[in-house]
Amino acid sequence: MIKYLIEKEFRQLLRNQFLPRLIIMFPLMVLLFLPLAANFEIKNINITVMDNDHSSYSKDLIQKIISSGYFKLTEVSSDYKSAIISIESDKSDLILEIPQNFEKNLIKDKTADLMVSVNAVNGTKGAFGSSYLSSIIMDFSSDIRTRLGLIGSRNNAPFFQVIPQFRFNPHLRYPVFMVPALMVMLLLMICGFLPALNIVGEKEKGTMEQINVTPVRKSTLILSKLIPFWIIGFIVLTISFAVAWIFYDLVPAGNILIIYLYAFIFILGISGFGLVVSNYANTMQQAMFMMFFFVITYIFMSGLYTPVNSMPDWAQFLSIFVPLKYMIEVLRMVYLKGSGIQDLISQLVALLGFAAFFNIWAVLSYRKIS
Amino acid sequence: MKQFIAFIKKEFYHIFRDTWTMVILLILPIVMLILFGYALSTEVKNTAVAVYDPSKDAATQRIISLLEMSEYFSIHDVLESPQQIEEVFQEGIVSLVVVFSEDFYDNMLHTGDAGVQLIVDGTDPNTGVSISNYASAIIADYQKDITGLSTIPYQIVVTPRFLYNPEMESSYNFVPGVMGMIIMLVCAMMTSISIAKEKETGTMEILLVSPMKPLLIILSKVVPYFFLSIINLMTILLMAVFVFGVPIAGSFGALLFISLLYIFVSLAIGLLISSIAGSQIVALLISGMALMMPVMYLSGMMFPVENMPVFLQGISQIIPAKWYITAVKNIMIKGLGFTAIIKETAVLSLMAVFLITVSLKKFKIRLE
Repeated sequence: MIKYLIEKEFRQLLRNQFLPRLIIMFPLMVLLFLPLAANFEIKNINITVMDNDHSSYSKDLIQKIISSGYFKLTEVSSDYKSAIISIESDKSDLILEIPQNFEKNLIKDKTADLMVSVNAVNGTKGAFGSSYLSSIIMDFSSDIRTRLGLIGSRNNAPFFQVIPQFRFNPHLRYPVFMVPALMVMLLLMICGFLPALNIVGEKEKGTMEQINVTPVRKSTLILSKLIPFWIIGFIVLTISFAVAWIFYDLVPAGNILIIYLYAFIFILGISGFGLVVSNYANTMQQAMFMMFFFVITYIFMSGLYTPVNSMPDWAQFLSIFVPLKYMIEVLRMVYLKGSGIQDLISQLVALLGFAAFFNIWAVLSYRKIS
Repeated sequence: MKQFIAFIKKEFYHIFRDTWTMVILLILPIVMLILFGYALSTEVKNTAVAVYDPSKDAATQRIISLLEMSEYFSIHDVLESPQQIEEVFQEGIVSLVVVFSEDFYDNMLHTGDAGVQLIVDGTDPNTGVSISNYASAIIADYQKDITGLSTIPYQIVVTPRFLYNPEMESSYNFVPGVMGMIIMLVCAMMTSISIAKEKETGTMEILLVSPMKPLLIILSKVVPYFFLSIINLMTILLMAVFVFGVPIAGSFGALLFISLLYIFVSLAIGLLISSIAGSQIVALLISGMALMMPVMYLSGMMFPVENMPVFLQGISQIIPAKWYITAVKNIMIKGLGFTAIIKETAVLSLMAVFLITVSLKKFKIRLE
C-alpha cells in the first residue's frame, strides 16, 4: 500500500515543472551567494578628512590612515559643513578633523588634539571605525617617538607577551563558518515548508478527502508523505557537501556519516513539524504564514548568525526549544572540529526528542473526518 | 463605485475569516522587532573560558580574576594538562583557552620572557576576533597597571563624537530594516498569493465575466493589504519610539510619504508575481526566493551592503527595500527633510511606474 502512495507522491512532484528544478538550484544559490552577503565583517570605511593644519605631520597622518587598508579617503574638505553633508548623504562614515597648530602643539606641548565625528546609525560599524582610527593614531604617535629616538629600553619594567591564536579556522574565512550552518537552513526550508504546503494543497483541492475515505491508515498516510522529503533532504545535503568541497574547499574534519545520521533524525523532526502546521492550516496562505513565522524565529534564535551565548537569558532559554540550534552545532563541530558522536550526545537526545514529539503530535492531530 | 466597495468588502471578509493569518500578520512586526532587538545582537558576552595555569602565582591569578570580572567572559573550566585543551574544544562549549607560561610572575619581573597564549575558537571569525580583542585589552590594562603610567611624550588625544546615535543603540539600525521587510512581506507576498489562489480555483474567471472592469477587480484585491501594511507600519513606529527609544527625528510627513510610495511598489511587485505564477505554490516560492531572500540579505537591513562583492552590490541597487531603508534612516535617524530623499523618491517612483505597467500588460483578462 505504502509503495503506491509513495509512487503517487513522486509522480506529483516530478509533474510539477518548478519543484525539481528548485531542489537542485536552491542549494547552489544559497551556498554560493549567502556567505558573500551574510557577512558582518567591516571593511571599506569611508573617511572625510578636514586638514586645517596642512603641516608635514598632518599629511603623514592622513597618508598612514589611507595606507592602513581599512579606510577609503572620500574627500579632503576645508569646512565642517561640507564634511557633514558627505556624512548625511552616506558618502562617508567618519570625519577626522585636524585642527590648526596640530603639529606646533605636538612639538611644543608634547600633546595635541584630534576630533573624530562618526556616523553611528549603524552602531557596530561606527564603533569599529572609530576604535580602528584611534589605534592608527596611537601607532602614529609611537612612530614619532621611535623616529625621535625616544623609545625607552625596557629598563626592567615588568613585561610579558600576549599571543593570540585562532583554532579551527586559522585564516578566519567567513564561508568556513557559514556554509555548514546554511546546509541546515536549506534542510529546514525544503523539508519543513514543502510537506506542509503539499498537504494543505491537497486539502484545498479536495483530494485529501478522497484519500481519507480509502482504508489507508493515518500513520501509513503520514509516512508516505514523509519518505519522499527524506529522500529529497538527503539529495539536497549531498549536493551541499559537493558544493562546499568544490567551491570552498571545505570537507568535514570528522566523519561525514555522522552528519547523515543526524540529518536523518533532524529531517524527521522538521518534516513532522511541517505536518503539524498543515494539520492546523486550512489554506496555503495560512500554512505559509505559520511556517514563515516559525522559520524566521528559528533561524534568528539558532545561532546561525550570532552566537547564542551573547543573547539575553530569556532568549537563551527559548533557544533550548529550537531544533535548528542543535543541528547547526552538529554541522559546525563535525565540519570544523572533527567532533565525534561522544561529543554530540546532548544534540542527539534533543533531536530525537523533537522528532518523536512532532511526529506523535502530527499523527494525533490528523483528522480523517473534519 | 458601489460595486467596487462591495468587492473590497468581499476581500476584507476573506482576510478576516482567516483568524490565524490575521493574528500572525498583526504580531509579526512585533516579534520581528523583538528578535532583532534582543536575539540578533552582534555583541559578544559571557564567553565560556578555560584556563591552563601551571604557574598559579599572584600575576596569573590576578589576570584570571580580571577576565572573570568582565562582562565578556566567565571561567568555565580549569585545565590540569595541555592535552585537555584539545578535548575542551571538542566539547564545543568553551571558545577561549588562556594558557600561561611556567614561572610566569618571576619571568615577568626579571627575564621578560613570560607569555600568555590566547587560543581562540575561530569557527566564527567575527566572534573570534572580538573575543581575542576583548581578552587582549583586559590583559593590556593589567600590563599598564603593573608598569605604572609614566608620562609619555607626543600623545595625541582623540575625541570621538558619535553623530545621530550617541548611545550606540543597535535599534537605530534595524528598525528601518524591519519596516522595509514587513511591508514587502505583507504587500507583495499576500497580494500575489491571494490573486494566484483565485486563478487556481477558477474563481478569477468568474470575477472577470462580471460587469466590473478587470482593473477594478485587481484594485479591490489590493486595497485590504494596503490598509494592513499601514497598520503594521504604525505598530512598528509605536514600538520603535516607546520600546526601543528610537526618535523620529525628521519630518513625519516625509516618512509617511516615502512609506506610501514603497507600499505602492511592493503591491506592484505582488501583482507582477501573480501575473507570472499560475498556482499558489509557485507564487509562494517566487516571492520567497526572488523576493524575501534578497530583501533580507541584500537590502542592508542585516548586513552592510558596502562589504559585499561588487556584483552583489549591483543587485542590491534594484531592490526597492534598499532604497526605502536608506530613505527611512535619513528621515528618522538623521533628521533630514524632503531634500535628503529626492534620489530615493525618484528611484522608487520609477520602479512603481515600471512594475505597474508590466504587470497590467501581462495580466490576462481572457481565458487561455
